[in-house]
Amino acid sequence: MKAFTSVTGVAIPFLEDDVNTDQIAPVAGGTRLHENYAQTLFRNRRRFDNGLDDPDFVFNKPQFRSGVMLVAGRNFGCGSSRESAVWVFQAIGISCIVARSFADIYRENCLQNGILPVVLADSEADALDAAIVAANGAAPFTVDLVARAISGPDGFHLTFDIPDADRTRLLEGLDDIGLTLRHRAEIEAFEAHIAKAKPWSQIADASSL
Amino acid sequence: MGATLFDKIWDAHVVGQRADGRDLVYIDRHVLHELHAPHAFRKLKASGRRVRRPDLTFSALDHTPSARPGRTETTNPEGKAFIDAMREGSRENGVRVFDLGDDEHGISHVVAPEIGMVLPGATHAVPDSHACTVGGLGALAFGVGTTELEHILATQVIAILKPKRMRIHLEGKLGPHSSAKDVALKILSRIGVSGGRGYAIEFAGPAARDLSIEGRLTLCNLTIEMGSRSGFVAPDEKTFDWIKGRKWAPQGAMWETALAFWRTLKSDDDAIFDTEITVDCDGLAPQITWGTDPGQVVGVTGHAPDPAQLPADQRSAVERALHYMGLNPGERIEGLKVDRVFIGSCTNARLPDLREAAEIVRGRQVAEGVTALVVAGSRKVKREAEAIGLDVVFRDAGFIWGESACSMCACTNGENGAIGERILSTTNRNFENRQGRGVRTHLVGPALAAAAAVSGRIVDISKLESVTP
Repeated sequence: MKAFTSVTGVAIPFLEDDVNTDQIAPVAGGTRLHENYAQTLFRNRRRFDNGLDDPDFVFNKPQFRSGVMLVAGRNFGCGSSRESAVWVFQAIGISCIVARSFADIYRENCLQNGILPVVLADSEADALDAAIVAANGAAPFTVDLVARAISGPDGFHLTFDIPDADRTRLLEGLDDIGLTLRHRAEIEAFEAHIAKAKPWSQIADASSL
Repeated sequence: MGATLFDKIWDAHVVGQRADGRDLVYIDRHVLHELHAPHAFRKLKASGRRVRRPDLTFSALDHTPSARPGRTETTNPEGKAFIDAMREGSRENGVRVFDLGDDEHGISHVVAPEIGMVLPGATHAVPDSHACTVGGLGALAFGVGTTELEHILATQVIAILKPKRMRIHLEGKLGPHSSAKDVALKILSRIGVSGGRGYAIEFAGPAARDLSIEGRLTLCNLTIEMGSRSGFVAPDEKTFDWIKGRKWAPQGAMWETALAFWRTLKSDDDAIFDTEITVDCDGLAPQITWGTDPGQVVGVTGHAPDPAQLPADQRSAVERALHYMGLNPGERIEGLKVDRVFIGSCTNARLPDLREAAEIVRGRQVAEGVTALVVAGSRKVKREAEAIGLDVVFRDAGFIWGESACSMCACTNGENGAIGERILSTTNRNFENRQGRGVRTHLVGPALAAAAAVSGRIVDISKLESVTP
């Protein structure tokens, strides 16, 4: 997995709560095995019923086309577990999402793809929201995972918490499966144990036991 | 101090702990589906890895096949690539596919319980947020993303931080015409779509006990809409009776051994939960969503909210939802004209759901201008429904009797509504554009959906007699 240390650039404000993955990465009305994820991003929200782009939708605004981070509201990424709702952001170059909270599966999907999910308390989030709305894409912000800090124009600065384990994994770009396979012997021992203690749990068709 | 059932199941499956503090939780059964698994198979192959336990892993084909009567694997042309990739990845790894036409074909969350694959106290994973459905049997399930899916394929464990524990006590006795769906919607109206975030939820209390097993599967199905990855009901004698004799369930002496263990699966009396909530379900009336998230719920005789009467910080979201749904502030829900009705999905497409809907439909006709579709959750449910003549009831009334698939829930099979249509749906998500661009979805239980189909409007079931036929 690609490591994340810091990112600097345009911050995109998307300050709604409970944004679900069906909005972020729609599948209704046609989905393909090999999707164009950049085009999938907010496919319904970004255009009118007549098919034309909505110029007021934030992802259509020219000043946000080069965005590298997203600032969202509460419970971002709720609903379906589809990982494409993370890939669509990667496809347009976003590597960090800051929110007041994330849906459980979505946060995990971010981590799994080397996207930094930053959670801010309301007071900090209020300050960041105000700063990026004021910047309106004209001034860069930096999210630094080493320093656990977000900085921006006019001396804007705040720090954030993130579990050490998640931070290390992102900083080092660790292969999650590789980390787990270090425990192969424990997995095998567990299987040997439960095969005796609960035989039905190790045979899918337990009627044959 | 006693332990919660969640802790008991979790602790019994922890294989070890990684240096990063994540528990490695063993996955007893892993069920894949074709919308997401092909990507994981491809990545697994690229990294030179294989499925570690193909004998505990199964592939469903549920999201992309058309549900049209007489469908084939190419009826939805876009689905063919998913299906082919799924078959290939499964074959290369020795994973059994529950293919179209097999006895085990259907929506994975419906099939896994009905064949006895899911057992109490077991862990279960699916790359689908509605994995939580099987919590209705007292199993602990995890909906996972594609990369987590690949991880489980390679290791048979999920690397995860332990969630907190919540217990929701469901008190009282439901009112007439209400079912598990209404209970779940009632909970959602209380805790919203993020109230369960970070928790595993145990549903307890008399109203949970009283539910049929199929009802408990429906209730647990909607756990993810509450924001929680895992939800379950402790297994009891009703659960064991339901599982006994199913195709893959243990038999004979092994059944007795398993049963003795399953009877220990309950939260201790002095167990401590991080959060406990009580929801009064006494006399509960049928519920319906008015808005664009599953927490925006009212009783069927209720009204949409009026933003002017809400706190300022809630107004814009409610205004947006009302606008999308084509509703005026404070508008009455009952009486709204309906264009389409869908009865199906992992939420409400088991046999009792279809029976409940058929009771309303029997002897009536689908109203003029309404398209009504029923899709059984599995081939087995479809066959059993046909054996008792439910297909005839639905068809005679003018419903389309479809082939088992996710159909108009995931809407990834070429089936969706048209802009501006109002749909009464027994599914789980009323998000904007979920059932097609501009489609207005109201989530309901099977009875309310059936009542709307035959009256052409949202109608309180108890008033149905005076409306039709």
